Amino acid sequence: MNYEPVIGLEVHVQLKTKTKVFCACPTEFGKEPNSQVCPVCLGFPGSLPVLNKTALEYAAKAGLALNCTVQKYTKFDRKHYYYPDLPKNIQISQYDLPISKDGYLDIEIGGRTKRIRIKRAHLEEDAGKLVHHENASLVDYNRTGQPLLEIVSEPDINSPEEAYEYLTSLKSIIQYTGVSDCDMEKGTLRCDANISLRPAGTKGLGVKSELKNLNSFKAVREALTYEIERHEQVITGGEQVVQETRLWDEKTGRTISMRTKEEAKDYRYFPEPDLPPFEWTEELIETIRKTIPELPKARAMRFMKEYGLQEADAKQLTCSMQAADLAEKTMRAYPGANKKTVVNWLIGPLASEANARSLQWHELGIKPEDLVELIGYVDSRQISNLAAKAVLTEMIDTRRTAGLIIKDKNLAQISDESSIEKDVAAVIAENPKVVEDFKSGKSNALMFLVGQVMKKTKGKANPQVVGDILKRRLQNA
Amino acid sequence: MSLSKETVEYVANLSRIELAKEELEKISKQLESIIGFIDALRSADVTDVEPTDHIVPVNNRLRSDEPRGSLPIEKTLANAPHKDGRFFVVPKVIE
Amino acid sequence: MIPMDHYRSTAHELLEKISAGQASARDIEESLKARISQTDPRVKAYVRLAEQNSSDCAGVATKSGPLAGIPIAVKDNICTEGIETGCCSKILGGFKPPYDATVITRLRAAGASIIPSKLNMDEFAFGSSTENSCFGPTHNPWDLGRVPGGSSGGSAAAVAADEAIMALGSDTGGSIRQPAAFCGVVGLKPTYGRVSRYGLIAFASSLDQIGPLTKDVHDACLLMNVIAGPDPMDSTSCSSQPPDYTRSLVQDVKGLSIGIPKEYFVEGMDPEVKEIVREAIKKIESLGAKTKEVSLPHTQYAVPVYYIIATAEASSNLARFDGVQYGLRSSDKRQITGSKLIDMYKHTRGEGFGPEAKRRILLGTFALSHGYYDAYYLRALKVRTLIWRDFKNVFEECDCLLTPTTPTPAFNIGEKTDDPLQMYLSDVLTISANLAGIPAISIPCGFTRAGLPVGMQMLAPAFKEETLFKAAFTYEQATPWHTMKPKL
Repeated sequence: MNYEPVIGLEVHVQLKTKTKVFCACPTEFGKEPNSQVCPVCLGFPGSLPVLNKTALEYAAKAGLALNCTVQKYTKFDRKHYYYPDLPKNIQISQYDLPISKDGYLDIEIGGRTKRIRIKRAHLEEDAGKLVHHENASLVDYNRTGQPLLEIVSEPDINSPEEAYEYLTSLKSIIQYTGVSDCDMEKGTLRCDANISLRPAGTKGLGVKSELKNLNSFKAVREALTYEIERHEQVITGGEQVVQETRLWDEKTGRTISMRTKEEAKDYRYFPEPDLPPFEWTEELIETIRKTIPELPKARAMRFMKEYGLQEADAKQLTCSMQAADLAEKTMRAYPGANKKTVVNWLIGPLASEANARSLQWHELGIKPEDLVELIGYVDSRQISNLAAKAVLTEMIDTRRTAGLIIKDKNLAQISDESSIEKDVAAVIAENPKVVEDFKSGKSNALMFLVGQVMKKTKGKANPQVVGDILKRRLQNA
Repeated sequence: MSLSKETVEYVANLSRIELAKEELEKISKQLESIIGFIDALRSADVTDVEPTDHIVPVNNRLRSDEPRGSLPIEKTLANAPHKDGRFFVVPKVIE
Repeated sequence: MIPMDHYRSTAHELLEKISAGQASARDIEESLKARISQTDPRVKAYVRLAEQNSSDCAGVATKSGPLAGIPIAVKDNICTEGIETGCCSKILGGFKPPYDATVITRLRAAGASIIPSKLNMDEFAFGSSTENSCFGPTHNPWDLGRVPGGSSGGSAAAVAADEAIMALGSDTGGSIRQPAAFCGVVGLKPTYGRVSRYGLIAFASSLDQIGPLTKDVHDACLLMNVIAGPDPMDSTSCSSQPPDYTRSLVQDVKGLSIGIPKEYFVEGMDPEVKEIVREAIKKIESLGAKTKEVSLPHTQYAVPVYYIIATAEASSNLARFDGVQYGLRSSDKRQITGSKLIDMYKHTRGEGFGPEAKRRILLGTFALSHGYYDAYYLRALKVRTLIWRDFKNVFEECDCLLTPTTPTPAFNIGEKTDDPLQMYLSDVLTISANLAGIPAISIPCGFTRAGLPVGMQMLAPAFKEETLFKAAFTYEQATPWHTMKPKL
């Protein structure tokens, strides 16, 4: 029998506010343990939460960007469980009235578009961090109370690849809205996955496992792939899948059962009495909607239309907003008609430079006009492509313009025939045998002679000009 | 309704309260009589009545996203039953 | 006047003396200390009395403000920076808050000094007699064999015994008014949201309010003038500015329409209490008020609704007392669950909470737990709506309500400790005001033949504290009750 995987993803993104969601403690990353805490986020007796306006607006903005409806009435609920990283043993979250719900996200898979529905996106407070030692665990509450948006998909995802595409697309959209960095390494994006199998073509849902410890999108894809296979083996072996939480082990490439005595989950949600409900006005929702920039998909379509780009190029250029901004500004500043020239520079040399530095290209400090200047030198044959790549590296390292670097390093190509003639004459005189080879029809011989001239000019001669002069001279000789 | 000892044990576990055997017996009886009294609510007609979860009207009270100072570490840890450096210490979580 | 008599005075009398140069902050403090050391060994209104010596009165002497020079006694559930605050529970043992409650900040800014020993209370305000305190009970100054009421029993007893000029209490289901009635003092539960709850260690967040316990209505106005008002740290505090309450201190109830809810003169009510309150109604009519019988038909549900909502919220609010950051951590190393962490939680909470706290946490957890939420918690919220509507309707036909504060005068210590349900029923007349969020005051209205004070309660629509102050002041000035002192 064929089985179809049914996957649902729960994504937590940390909203990029200056302060925590219910208190005025700063949210900076990597500070000394327990240095960004106050009576409120420590849950000290008598303290009370007050909602951060920006957190609420960011949550709504992300929801709107994911095509969700912002609900008229926002309220918070308390979720109860005992864990030392949760200072009140209560998490303020949202139960039956999330900020937004009923959205969707379109992904491209196998050349077609698939719509993944989003069930809800709700605001909640983050927990602290535990450091485990030999005999004890240490608690750091700096992260406690940072605003999190939990985005829950419907179980519309049917393969690890779709999950990967969903996450990539989600991340890109959220980054565009500017409400989160969505950096998995810093934990500002976290993902848990639910997976079950059902006979292909049926509607029901099988027993699911919940996957945790997924530290990259790649890990999500691999863990799901592993888990599908494991479920298949269990089912075809005539056994039942056990509903449980499993941890992805990156080293062994397997999932491991947590094997904890799982208590029945009874979170005892009830309305948070310390936070009165918030009522949205249509105007406020519209004001927030207006702050959403053009999103990646729309932008890629426009790039194709406006700049005549191929779909693959347009997609690559728009995966992050800052990168797309740089690309667009560069294309606009470039006077040439064929924008492909610019695109090739961006996804070629610039992307390699960025990769080498583990950065995105907009983080290289290269301004659009600087890049256009450099491309101009190549277009007008003032420098060779090879030299231009070296100039680019230099530009990134020294923050100087192409013109200055070319001048300083004396990299300008010599295209002036009269100054090359002398060197050509010398090379012809020094290599009579090769000249003969050329005359007898060996085309390699010309390449060799060009190389010799280039050597004499220390690479600055325009090789095409050199070739032209050589041909003319040898044919006339 | 009657309240079984199992229910009281379940709720005590959810609440993370250890109850000695005699305590459990006594509390179960007391809770049973209290819940018996509370069950009077069943006679109230609540058809089409909205629940009141907040007695104050909606007030859209929000805080602007401006950081204020946090507690100095000495104050944060001053009451800690067990601390180590800048951390609170608890028994090892994963055993 | 002999300086040592300052303790007998009200705050408004002392403020006059201070401005006339007849008293100083230090005199008052000394006088109060002497009184406390004389009578508190019998009354036991204060806890951690040794803290008295760390008084900050020296610094206060130079302060100015509406309460400059007046010492304020504070219930043990209101946070005071660096001063132990423990809700009279073992589980918070040694806890010194790193911050002041908003009411304390406001009082300090008004020139008042904070008495560093706190006032006794039922553990986490769970009770009506102050017997559920880890420090033992407070005794009623009018009869030391009786309870002072609760949970703000220490606050009421201290004021009644002249061991405090004025005190702060908190009221979740009657915890200010019931002890005020039992001890013959004035107690106000303000409108929900009128006084900031920031720094009040929560019992039931949707019901709790901090309020004054004072020797007369004038002092209640003075204290409210300082503590009431919006607080950006409490999202449930009302954003409008409160009025100057001393402007309500006029003797005029002419034309005031007072409703007498028939459900509040219940079967089983002490006949003497009923008679005394009936007399009080006649008195206030004679002063010009009009009274009429009204009905609050859902009153019978108030106690059950309260014991679901209050315990549900309490079970949640008290989840944080787990031995991780502050207070007690059990040293019990017995392994009961296979997880040292869960064992720590269970031992700590098993040892740290008293029997009433455990009962309430369990009851509240039950009401919220899977399968019972709709039948208990959600249903209680709906009936709360009905109770709120009762008041809304009745206030369309009258300005305020008048009822007894309690069905009986102070009962004997130990009388109800074995029967939690009987104890709960002593709050039957005060609970509705918390459920509806409206203000209510208790003032003395007479004494039983055995010499126990009786209190009458007045209730008004939300944010109409002024109506209560005006009616209470008019009645008070026409009667001798507030001038009477227990023999100690």
